Amino acid sequence: MKPASTTLTDRQVEIIVADLLRAGVLLAAAVVALGGIILLVRHGREMPHYSTFVGVPEELRTISGICRGVLTFRGRNIIQLGLLLLIATPVARVAFSVVAFALQRDRLYAGITLFVLAVLVFSLAGGHV
Amino acid sequence: MNTFELTLVIWLGSLLAGFLGALTGLGGGIVVTPLLTLVFGVDIRYAIGATLVSVIATSSGAAAAYVKEGFTNLRIGMFLEIATTVGAVVGASLAAHVPTSTIAIILGVVLLYSAYASTRSLARTPADDRPDRLATLLNLDSNYPTPEGLQEYHVRGVPAGFSLMFVAGTLSGLLGIGSGAVKVIAMDQGMHIPFKVSTTTSNFMIGVTAAASAGIYLRRGYIDPGLAMPVMLGVLLGSFLGAHVLAKARTATLRLVFGVVVAVLAVEMIYHGLTGRI
Repeated sequence: MKPASTTLTDRQVEIIVADLLRAGVLLAAAVVALGGIILLVRHGREMPHYSTFVGVPEELRTISGICRGVLTFRGRNIIQLGLLLLIATPVARVAFSVVAFALQRDRLYAGITLFVLAVLVFSLAGGHV
Repeated sequence: MNTFELTLVIWLGSLLAGFLGALTGLGGGIVVTPLLTLVFGVDIRYAIGATLVSVIATSSGAAAAYVKEGFTNLRIGMFLEIATTVGAVVGASLAAHVPTSTIAIILGVVLLYSAYASTRSLARTPADDRPDRLATLLNLDSNYPTPEGLQEYHVRGVPAGFSLMFVAGTLSGLLGIGSGAVKVIAMDQGMHIPFKVSTTTSNFMIGVTAAASAGIYLRRGYIDPGLAMPVMLGVLLGSFLGAHVLAKARTATLRLVFGVVVAVLAVEMIYHGLTGRI
């Protein structure tokens, strides 16, 4: 049941989704690698601390905190920025799907996708149950 | 070991995990949390945070290839993501209140089940042709490419599949894994979706499911950049290499060997959980 009068076929949507996912992952990996190099050059000789859980510092937990450290080229913040880009990749895919289903006049799926997007935004914005 | 040496070793371990995970179809993330906690002595909360991030990377990377091949059913994926994302938020919220030893035990049980499920071949008979009312209403029926041309299929068992997806999402949020094995069971066994469509659509959903709990883990301070960096880059490169070798490799023996490794790690996780050492 594919509407005949659409500007976007299911196949075209699939190809855009695939390219979007690939680009997001590659960009995220590149940023993480850059941050990793900076981190290891500066702190590689220090002793690691992963065996006891204290939680990472506050500035590495929020988008604004992460971005502030990126401006001063802190390795840990640049890695975190890459991880944010990675988390944003599937979210961008869902956001694109809302638009694609809307363009296809598929109201049911535009609604379903919008709900999933709302759950993602709710969770990323600090909500939990 | 200093940070540089430990980062290198964790990167190599993650590379191997991603490679074997892709070759065997079990997924790269599956052994990373046990590897980090049991072998490298990393706290399970940091391990789960790093694994969750690597799961988003491999799922999205592999999905890009599968979607282009035309197996993935985007509508089934989107519809079931309602259940998996809500489940993931519930699971990640629960994670803060469940003792780490309990999480280790649950993870061990899920790993054992995944290892067992991967050794069975889920060759179902082709679906019958009667359309299901709910599936038709939701426009879930589609087709997929075969050597003989496009093969149509009908979806059924929507409520059962949807409920199982909620469980898969909750486990994913609680344990920081993709829950691919549970997702495939829900679609292949529960909803009678062809196996290849089930596995690729499951993989497609994993990134969104994991993203739904990633924000919660990030704010709780579980995602340590120094640890997540080698894990994500290692698993990603490993799965990429594994997927490219896959076409030529004989995987039957490898699946068995990797299945045994997963099972041993799973038992070890359960044992450590029961004795309160995690």
